[in-house]
Amino acid sequence: MHRSLESLLRDARESGRDVPQVVLDTESAESGIAPEQIRARIGRTLAIMRAAIDEGLKGEVRSASGLTGGRARKLAENGPGLLGPRVTTTLARAIATLEVNAAMGLIVAAPTAGAAGVLPAILISMDEFAREGEERLIDAMLVAGGVGGVIAHRASLAGAEGGCQAETGTAAAMGAAAVAWLSGGTHEQIETAVALTLQGMLGLICDPIGGLVEIPCIYRNASAAMQAIAGAEMALAGLDFPVSADEVIDVMGEVGRRMPSAYRETAMGGLAATESARRLVQIRPSPKPVGISQ
Amino acid sequence: MLIAERQTLRMVSLFDILGPTMVGPSSSHTAGACRLGLMARAILGGTPERARIQLHGSFAATGEGHGTQRAIVGGLAGIAPDDMRLRDAYEEAKSAGIEWSFEEVDLGEEAHPTTTIFHVEGGGEAVSLRGASLGGGRVEVTEVDGFAVRLGGNYHTLVLQAHDEPGTIAAVATILAGHRVNLATMRVDRTGRHKDALMTIEADEAVPDAALDAIRGFPWLRWARRVEKIA
Repeated sequence: MHRSLESLLRDARESGRDVPQVVLDTESAESGIAPEQIRARIGRTLAIMRAAIDEGLKGEVRSASGLTGGRARKLAENGPGLLGPRVTTTLARAIATLEVNAAMGLIVAAPTAGAAGVLPAILISMDEFAREGEERLIDAMLVAGGVGGVIAHRASLAGAEGGCQAETGTAAAMGAAAVAWLSGGTHEQIETAVALTLQGMLGLICDPIGGLVEIPCIYRNASAAMQAIAGAEMALAGLDFPVSADEVIDVMGEVGRRMPSAYRETAMGGLAATESARRLVQIRPSPKPVGISQ
Repeated sequence: MLIAERQTLRMVSLFDILGPTMVGPSSSHTAGACRLGLMARAILGGTPERARIQLHGSFAATGEGHGTQRAIVGGLAGIAPDDMRLRDAYEEAKSAGIEWSFEEVDLGEEAHPTTTIFHVEGGGEAVSLRGASLGGGRVEVTEVDGFAVRLGGNYHTLVLQAHDEPGTIAAVATILAGHRVNLATMRVDRTGRHKDALMTIEADEAVPDAALDAIRGFPWLRWARRVEKIA
C-alpha cells in the first residue's frame, strides 16, 4: 500500500488512472490476487456492512453489559433532522453497526472494530441518496482503503497506541476521501477532505467506560461520520487547508505517541474514570448478548 | 525467495484496513483472541482435550466484557473469528470434548498487554505456547515449548525440533525446494533449554505429506508439525 497520500495521488496523476484503480492495482501487485477477486471480496465486505446496519436499526440488540442497544433505532425514529435527513440517517447507521458489534454480531473492522460504524454509515447513506450502485461503492471503498493504508504506515490505527483519533479519526478520514471521490472531487479536493476531517479529530482520547467498546464509542462513531461529511463538504466547496493531509496524519501519530496512557484504551482516565462510569460498570454482565439474528 | 526476518507481521494489506470481518466487539480482544486459540489448536495438530490458559494484563483485566475467554475457547474448537458460532463457543467446545480452565497471571511490565499462555493436550500430544494479540485481529506466537518463534498464522507453517547438528537446515530446505514449496521466512532458535534446535518455516504453499514424511525420516529429527494457515 502507499505510504503517503501524496504518492498515491501522484501515481494516479502520472499514470492517468483513477484513484480506486491505483489502489486496486497496487493491492493486486502486492498480494498476487487478481483485481476482480479483490473487487468481489470488497463486495462481500459491503454486504456484511449493510447487514450489520439493518440488524442494528431493528433496535433489538443489547450488549452483554447492558450498556448499549436500541439507540440507533431511537435516533432514526425520533431525530428531528436538524442536520438534514441524510446526516441524521448516517448518524443512526453509525450507531447501528457499533451496537451490533457490542452485542457480538458480525461486523467489518474498517479499520478497527471500535470504529466499524463510520465508513459503512457514510457509504450506505451516499448510496441511498445518490443511487451510487455497487461498483461505485466498491471504488469508494478502494479510495477509503488507500487512505487507511497511508495512515497505518505513517501513524497508527490502534486506540491503545494513539487514542480514539487513531480509530474513529482514521475511519472519518477514510470516509471523507470516499465521499469526496463519489462526489466527483478532484485529487486536490480528496486530499483536502482528508486533511480537514482529520484535523478536526486530532487529540481525541480513547476512554471507554469499563474498558468496553460501547460508551462513548457508539457516539464517537456517529460524530466521526458527521466530521467526515463536513470535511468533504468544505473541501468540495473549494475551501483549502494550508497543511497537507500527510502532515496532518503525521501530527495525529505524534499526538498519539505523546498521549498519556490513561487516555489510550486503558479505562484509567477520561470518561472511564468518572463517578458515573464507575457506577455503570458495577452492573453485573448478563451471560450472553441478545437480539442478533443468526 | 527466502528473506529471514521479513517484516511479515507489520505488512498492511487492503483487507487489514477494510477488515477483518469479525464477530464483535474488539478486533484485538475478540478476533485476535480467537486467532490465538486457533493457533494453539493448529500447533497441537488437532482439537485439544484439555487446555489450561493463562491471561496477562489487558486480557485478564477487560477480557470478560470483550468475550475474550469465549473467543479463545472458540478458537480452540476451530471456530473462526467471523463465524457466528463464536457466540456459543462454550457450548460448541463442550460438545467437541474440550475441557478448559483460565487463570490470571502477572508476567510483568515487559510482557505485551495481551499475552496469553496455552498448555494444550490432545491426541497423545502436549504443547505449551505463548502469544499475544497485536491489534486489528493480528496475532503473534512467540514461544513454543520454551523455544523462541515468531508465527502470525498467515502462512503455511512448519515447526520442527531437531538435534542440533550441521546440515539440518540445508536438508530441510532442499526437501521443501524439491516439492516446489516457496519459503517466506525461516527462523532457527538454539537458545532454548534443550540441546535441540527449533526451526520455524513460513511458506506460500502448504507443505505436502510427502515432504513432511521425508523430513520426519531424518535421524536427527525429534518431531515436525505442520501448522495450517489460519488467516
